[in-house]
Amino acid sequence: MSGIVSYGAHVPYWRLQRTAIAAALGSGGGKGTRSVASYDEDTTSMGVEAARRALAWAPDGFVPPIVAFATTAPAYLDKTNATAIHAALALPSSSAAVDSIGSVRSAAGAMMIAGLRGGLAVMSDIRTGLPGGSDESAGGDAAVALVMGDGDDAIALDIGGADATAEFVDRWRVPGESASKQWEERFGEHAYLPLVEQSVTDALKSAGLTITEIDHLIVTGLHTRAVAAARRVIGARPDAIVDDLAGTVGNSGAAHAALLLCDVLDRAAPGDTIAVVTLADGCNTWLLRVTDRIGARRPAHTVREMIAATNDGLAYASYLTWRGLLRREPPRRPEPDRPASPPSMRSNAWKYGLFGSRDEAGFVHLPPARVSMESGAIDRMELVCMADVRATIATFTVDRLAFSLSPPVVAAVIDFDGGGRFQCELTDVDPAAVQIGDRVEMTFRRLYTQDGIHDYFWKARPLTRGASPGEH
Amino acid sequence: MASHGIRDQVAIIGMGCTKFGEHWDKGTDDMLIESSQAALADAGITLDDVDAFWLGTMGSGLSGLTLSRPLKIQHKPVTHVENFCATGSEAFRNACYAVACGAYDIAMAIGVEKLKDSGYSGLVVGSPANDGTSATVTAPASFSLLAPAYAKKYGVDAQELKDVLTRIAWKNHRNGALNPRAQFRKEVSMETIACSPIVAGQLGIFDCSGVSDGSAAAIIVRAEDAHKYCDNPLYVKALSFVAGPASGPIDPSYDYTSFEEVVHSAADAYAQAGITDPRAELAMAEVHDCFTPTELVLMEDLGFAERGMGWKEVLAGTFDLDGELPVNPDGGLKSFGHPIGASGLRMLFECWLQLRGLAGDRQIAGIGGIGGSAGKTKALTHNLGGGPGACVSFVSVVGSELG
Repeated sequence: MSGIVSYGAHVPYWRLQRTAIAAALGSGGGKGTRSVASYDEDTTSMGVEAARRALAWAPDGFVPPIVAFATTAPAYLDKTNATAIHAALALPSSSAAVDSIGSVRSAAGAMMIAGLRGGLAVMSDIRTGLPGGSDESAGGDAAVALVMGDGDDAIALDIGGADATAEFVDRWRVPGESASKQWEERFGEHAYLPLVEQSVTDALKSAGLTITEIDHLIVTGLHTRAVAAARRVIGARPDAIVDDLAGTVGNSGAAHAALLLCDVLDRAAPGDTIAVVTLADGCNTWLLRVTDRIGARRPAHTVREMIAATNDGLAYASYLTWRGLLRREPPRRPEPDRPASPPSMRSNAWKYGLFGSRDEAGFVHLPPARVSMESGAIDRMELVCMADVRATIATFTVDRLAFSLSPPVVAAVIDFDGGGRFQCELTDVDPAAVQIGDRVEMTFRRLYTQDGIHDYFWKARPLTRGASPGEH
Repeated sequence: MASHGIRDQVAIIGMGCTKFGEHWDKGTDDMLIESSQAALADAGITLDDVDAFWLGTMGSGLSGLTLSRPLKIQHKPVTHVENFCATGSEAFRNACYAVACGAYDIAMAIGVEKLKDSGYSGLVVGSPANDGTSATVTAPASFSLLAPAYAKKYGVDAQELKDVLTRIAWKNHRNGALNPRAQFRKEVSMETIACSPIVAGQLGIFDCSGVSDGSAAAIIVRAEDAHKYCDNPLYVKALSFVAGPASGPIDPSYDYTSFEEVVHSAADAYAQAGITDPRAELAMAEVHDCFTPTELVLMEDLGFAERGMGWKEVLAGTFDLDGELPVNPDGGLKSFGHPIGASGLRMLFECWLQLRGLAGDRQIAGIGGIGGSAGKTKALTHNLGGGPGACVSFVSVVGSELG
């Protein structure tokens, strides 16, 4: 028997009021909010944040033998994306890293792969659509990571499941296009419902359960109407229907089924049964039973707390700019150089893992150095990981000249607990609210992209938000 | 540390300096020709008389060919040097050593920078291929960190510190208004300075030196040969250059209120020149006012004011043109402009004029030796390159008399 050993979610700091869309365009939008990844996030960087949280709550000493990454919006094609996550988690090179990308169903692939090998499944998505359209307003950005493993370690056991697969063109996008197309909605509803019925029926039979025994029913998928209809016909208890977070986060594509699962795990009791029904070019039903290990492995902040700690004041123009839909006038400054591959590979531990070096006297050098600042001793350092260490702002400045997709740049000098000083950018922050003495934590981000190469590195963000990776 | 200095071993016998500014119609070649010709004419020699050249430029040309090609120098040594904003000073320093050691009789130190061809706002410095992790802060942002740190350490409230910074910019523009070679030749009111659009931290546009084109040159000979060319040479008393370990940004004990590199280079320079009380012995100083808080901190690092008291001295006018120790009498980087490779030599050019009574409207009273009068006969130049906690610093002392 196998199941979920630990979980972690990342909901980005910003949300967009759907009314802001209609206010700008005269149509589109709707009610509530959708989550929006920051200008310095992509599916890979958000995947890292979620993975750090899931691993923080996994059993001590656990090293995933594989990272499987799923998204509909990969940062790269032809280059594996999971390897960047692997590097940011400082996994040994003997651990594998694979992508399962392109569609919402890819998430099932990642979970299957991770499940087979007792590894980490990372599902992450940034969902957009043409301005004014339903994909734009209904979409959401988020990332989730699940550590899969043995039943002996599980907080939720895998007790059954079933697939119903069919080929039909309901939603599609040719690579390179910026938005998907959808056939008229009534066709998708017609195609999905029999598949839902088949998959749910087969899954329940495989677990020896009836639908009324299901305590938490998650139904999700990009076809909103089919999902709503499915929820009605499945016949679960009304109290079992799980809120799909459409009013706060939106539909986060490949991450959404897992995000709703995290929300359930945040409050489920031992013995509860969960059904995760995903409509994605077919229907998959996954059945789980919560164990009594759940209490000890809940992250410090729930998904709902994370959402509550976000900022719903994002301007629609900022959303469009950050997603590359609105090309803004740049400052009269040169664009950054592309990060060079040889130096990036040499400094892999620093760039991806935020490893500094500590000399024999305990002085932490950031970036890592070979020569001790005080003693001059060469190569007598040990590597020390700063990614989960908290820091305090020693001083800072707001730079209105530097190039940024979201100016101004806030540059801070931060002092890590236990030693180490580092000059870095602050993110998820209001420049006017920064003060010397503020506490910050490190977050993995994409600084910029040049010549098609993404420059990944770390920034600091205020600790006022909920959900810190290393917090127990 | 064994830094013996070459006090009174070499002398400047001629200098030239172009106007600094936006020279759309002049390239690097044009400015090199202009400043070298002016220096040669000033010394009463020809290009052929020069035995060796030191060329300082950070981004306007590589190799000695940058000078030998336009000037058609006939098979002489031309060394290209760079050391961030101390580039011009570095050219001068190395030319002096070459003459002091006897390898050459006549050397030229020449600096140039053509910043206005890039088309970008602010200074742009290229960097070698890297991993994309170094901080993206601009120079104004980096130096803006000095201001809140200084205010906090010495209990100066934010508005008062802003007034101090404004006073520094005002002084330098006032001096530059008297200087026909300066980029900016108008006085600027304190209100305009204080209300200028913010660039980084507390720093507005008027707290930052501008981007400028220019060139300057000096001719150097052994001290004992100086009087063959010139009745009133300037003797080089001290040359100090320090490159720090760049530990400030990684050391929690660095508090952003001082440039340790400047303190070291000043101490070395004062020892070489035999100066024990800079404020009393110097007639003037040209310092690296890339940003207003930099000049404030330099007053203390160079020993012109007690720690924590520099701000009071600024407000009291101690460093004004008619003050006890005029600082940046030619307008400084702020209003003269900062073409990187030329600045160090431009600073020496002001010393060249002032110590010999040739500074016209800007002439400092009380300079000794002019018309036989007693008074101060030494001047200091200072450049720094890099940023707070991670920089290089140069200090020179020159004087109109031996001893």
